Amino acid sequence: MKPSGSISRRQFIRSTALTTGGLIIAFHVPAGIRKAAALTETSLFMPNAFLRIGADDSVKVLLSHCEMGQGIWTSLSMLIAEELDADWHKLQVEHAPADTAYYHTIYATQRTGGSSSLYSEFDRYRKAGATARHLLVQAAANRWKVNSNECRTENGYVISGDKNVRYGELVQEASALPAPADVPLKDPASWKIIGKEKIKKLDSPEKINGKAVFGMDVHIPGMLTAMVSRVPVSGARVIRYNEAAAMAVPGVRQVVKIPTGIAVLADDFWAAKKGREALKVQWDLGEASHLNSDSLLTELKARADKGGTAATNAGNPDETFSKSKYKLEAEYYQPFLAQAPMEPLNCTVQLSADKCEIWTGTQTQTDDQRAAAQITGLPINKVFITTCFLGGSFGRRNITRSDFVREAVEIAKATGKVVKTVWTREDDIQGGMYRPAFLHRFKVGLDASGMPVSWKQISVGQSVMTGGPFEKVAVINGVDMFSIEGMQTAPFVKKIKDQKIELNTPTWPVLIDNWRAVGLSHTIFAMESLIDEMAYAVKKDPVAYRRMLYKDVPRLLGVLNLAAEKSNWGSPLPKGRGRGIAAYEAVASYVALVAEVSVLKDGSVKVHKVTCAVDCGLAIHPDGVVAQMEGSIGYGLSTALYSEITFKNGQVQQKNFYNYPILRIHEMPEVNTFIVPSNEKPGGIGEASVGQMMPALTNAIFAATGKRIRNLPIKKVNTGTA
Amino acid sequence: MIQLTVNGKQYEVDVLPDMPILWVIRDKLKLTGTKFGCGAAQCGACTVHLDGQGIRSCISPVSRAVGKEIVTIEGLQPSLSKPLMEAWTEIDVPQCGYCQTGQIMAAAILLRENNDPSDQDIDNAMSGNICRCGTYQRIRKAIHLAAELKRSAT
Repeated sequence: MKPSGSISRRQFIRSTALTTGGLIIAFHVPAGIRKAAALTETSLFMPNAFLRIGADDSVKVLLSHCEMGQGIWTSLSMLIAEELDADWHKLQVEHAPADTAYYHTIYATQRTGGSSSLYSEFDRYRKAGATARHLLVQAAANRWKVNSNECRTENGYVISGDKNVRYGELVQEASALPAPADVPLKDPASWKIIGKEKIKKLDSPEKINGKAVFGMDVHIPGMLTAMVSRVPVSGARVIRYNEAAAMAVPGVRQVVKIPTGIAVLADDFWAAKKGREALKVQWDLGEASHLNSDSLLTELKARADKGGTAATNAGNPDETFSKSKYKLEAEYYQPFLAQAPMEPLNCTVQLSADKCEIWTGTQTQTDDQRAAAQITGLPINKVFITTCFLGGSFGRRNITRSDFVREAVEIAKATGKVVKTVWTREDDIQGGMYRPAFLHRFKVGLDASGMPVSWKQISVGQSVMTGGPFEKVAVINGVDMFSIEGMQTAPFVKKIKDQKIELNTPTWPVLIDNWRAVGLSHTIFAMESLIDEMAYAVKKDPVAYRRMLYKDVPRLLGVLNLAAEKSNWGSPLPKGRGRGIAAYEAVASYVALVAEVSVLKDGSVKVHKVTCAVDCGLAIHPDGVVAQMEGSIGYGLSTALYSEITFKNGQVQQKNFYNYPILRIHEMPEVNTFIVPSNEKPGGIGEASVGQMMPALTNAIFAATGKRIRNLPIKKVNTGTA
Repeated sequence: MIQLTVNGKQYEVDVLPDMPILWVIRDKLKLTGTKFGCGAAQCGACTVHLDGQGIRSCISPVSRAVGKEIVTIEGLQPSLSKPLMEAWTEIDVPQCGYCQTGQIMAAAILLRENNDPSDQDIDNAMSGNICRCGTYQRIRKAIHLAAELKRSAT
C-alpha cells in the first residue's frame, strides 16, 4: 500500500488533475468578451480565449493567471508570441476576466498558485498562438490563391514569395475560417522568443512610470473607502464600540457591523482611519485569549512527545537506530510568518440588483466569484472580477476562504455603497493567514559510510490544506502532505527500510493559509539542516556528503555540483567566514544555494554572497528566472534572519515593518545565478528557492562559527563573546 | 481650503490640515503613482519630493506643503526621470512593481546630489526603501547605470 501523504508536488498536480476531471484545455471565447468586443471594435480576430488581434495590428494576450511579480505577464505572452510569430513590440497584455475559459488546466478553477503557471500553460498558450497563426496563414493563402504551405510568417506578417500582408489586414478573413482541431507546434530549434536572453518584461515600463494599476489604485465614481476593525483570531466577538464617535469624524459616512468586525465608510482613507480609531472597539477574544507563543511552543513539543498519525511506517527504526554506527537527534522550530506583500490588501466592490463587480488583485478568481455569489445570492456568472496588478502576494492573495474579497462584498451588501476596503500595514501584519509554526523532530541512525539507515520523524503544525479546495487530494488519512512536503518523498528517505514519519496536527484558532512555497517554506530548512548535521556527524564535507545522498538524482546532483563549482566551494576564505549549502527539489525544479557569511562581534549576520544553481527545465524567460532567484533569496534571508509572528493573550505582537522587519538593500548579498541548460518540461520558479535559502544561511553560520541554529528566526547568533 | 502645488500645477483641496500628503495626492488628486505601504515612514513606497527634499508622504501632514512644491513620480523632472527610467527598464528591475516608484523617487535625490554614487552611497540613500520582492541587486545596478547615463548626457 502506498503510504499516506506520500506524494510530491508533481504527483499532487497529477492527482489534482484526476479529481478535477483531467487536464482542461478550453478554447472557447467567453460570451461576455465577444459582446464587449463587438461594442467597441468593428474588426477583431478572436481565435480563442487568450488572444485578440486587431485591424490595427495590435496583438492582445489575455492572461488566465495573475501577475504578482513572478513574471507571467511576460513569460506566458512569450509562449503565444513565439507560435504566432507576433511582433513582440506590439504585444499588449491584460488580465482575463473571471470565466470558465480561463480555468487552470489542472486546478479546474481560475487560480494562480503552486508555481504552476508555466508548467500548466506551456502547451495551451503555445497552441493558442499556433491556432491563430494557422488561420492567418490560411486567410492569406486564400487571398493570394496559393497553398498555405507556400506561406510563412514573421514579425506580424504573412509572407509568400514577394507578397506580404500584415496580420491586422487579415482579421476579417481569418475570423470567418473554421478553427482547426489541432495544429503542430514549432520545432524548439526554430524558437526566436522562448528561452532568449534579451526579452524585457512587458510590464516594466508602466511599473516604472507609476501608471500601472494595482487594486489600491482603483477609483470608481461615488466610491467610499472602508476600513474594518477586526481581530486576527477566530472566535472573537464584539462587545461594544462607539459608533457616534466614528460618525463625528468629518468625512465618515457610515458605520456597519459585518461578520469580520466593524466597518467604517468614509470619503477617503484618512477619514476612514480616523473614524476607525474613534470606534474604540472592545473585543471578547473567547478561546483565543489563551493564545500565547510560549505555550504554543510548549504544546508543539508536548505533541511531538505524544506522536501522531503515521505518514510512513516500515521496518524497525528503533532497533536499527540502536545498532547504528552514528546516531543523530535534532529538533527544528520555525515560527508563524506573515506574507507582508508591499501592497496592503484592498478590494473594490460595486453591487447592484443584477450584478456584482469586483476590482482587486487576487490569485483565486473563481473562489472569489463563488464567495460573492454566496453572499449576494447572485448567480456566479453575474459576479465580474477585474484582476489588477498584485503588489506582491506570496500567498496572501491565495486564500482558501477569499477573506478580503468576502469582507468587501459583505460591506457593499450591508451598505448599498460602492466601496473599496483598504487594509493598513498593521491590518496586514495582524490580519492572519499565516504560515503555520512547525516543529520537526528527528532521530536518525547512519551506517559506517554515513548513509541514513533508520529514520524516525515527528512533525507538528497546523494543516494548511484542511478545509480548502485541495483537501481531498492533499490530506490523505489525516496526513496533510503539505505539512511534510518534500520530506517523506526525499529520494534518500524513500530508500530507508526502517522508518516512521508521523504528523501531529493541532487545531488552533490562528488563521493560517498559503505562504510562499507552502510546506517547503519550513520542511527544507529542517531537512537541509539535518543533512548538514549528518555530514558533520560522519566527518564528511557537506557537498561531498550530499553527492553521496543524491547520487541517483541527476538533476539535483547537477545543481549541487554547479553551485559548488561556481561558489569555489572548498577554496580558502578569510578568517571568520563560512560557506553553507542547501540543495533541494521544489515545485518541479531543482535549486542549490551556497551562502558565504560571517558573524559580527555583536552576533549580527553579514551575508556576503549567495551562489545559485537552478535547473527549472526549459527556462522560458531566463532573465525572469534569474530575477525570481534573486528575489527569493532576499525573501528567504528576511525570513531566516527576522520574521516571526508571536501572540500574547490572543493578540499578535507585531504591527509594522519596525517589528516585522524586511531585508533592506544594505543587507542584500551579491547574488550570482546559473541556469542549467535543459529541455525538460518547465518547472516552477516563484517558490523554487525560498526554502533553500534558510538552511544555506544557517549551515554557513555553522561553518563560520560552529554554532548550529535550529530555531528561526536567527536575529542574532549567540557567539558567546558579545 | 488648502492651496497646493503638485508637479507644477496649482490645486485647491478641501481637506483637514492633518491629512497626510500621500492621501491628498492619491485620494483627492488621483495621482496614484505614489504608493501606500506602511503609513509609518518605514518602507519608502510613498516617497515624494517637497521643495526638492525626499519625504515620506504617508506621515507628512498636508499643512507642511503649503507654499511649497510637491513633485511625484508623475512629474519628476526629465533630467532625473529619463536616466532613471531608462536604467530601470534596461536592468528590468520591477517584479510586483509596487515599491518601484518610491525607489525611483529616492534614487532621484541621490542622483541629483551625486553623479557617481558608490555602493556605500547607494546603501545610505536607499536603505529606507523596502522591496519585498527583493529586487535590491537590480536597483543597485540600475542606479549605477542611471548615473552613467546622466553623466554622459551632461
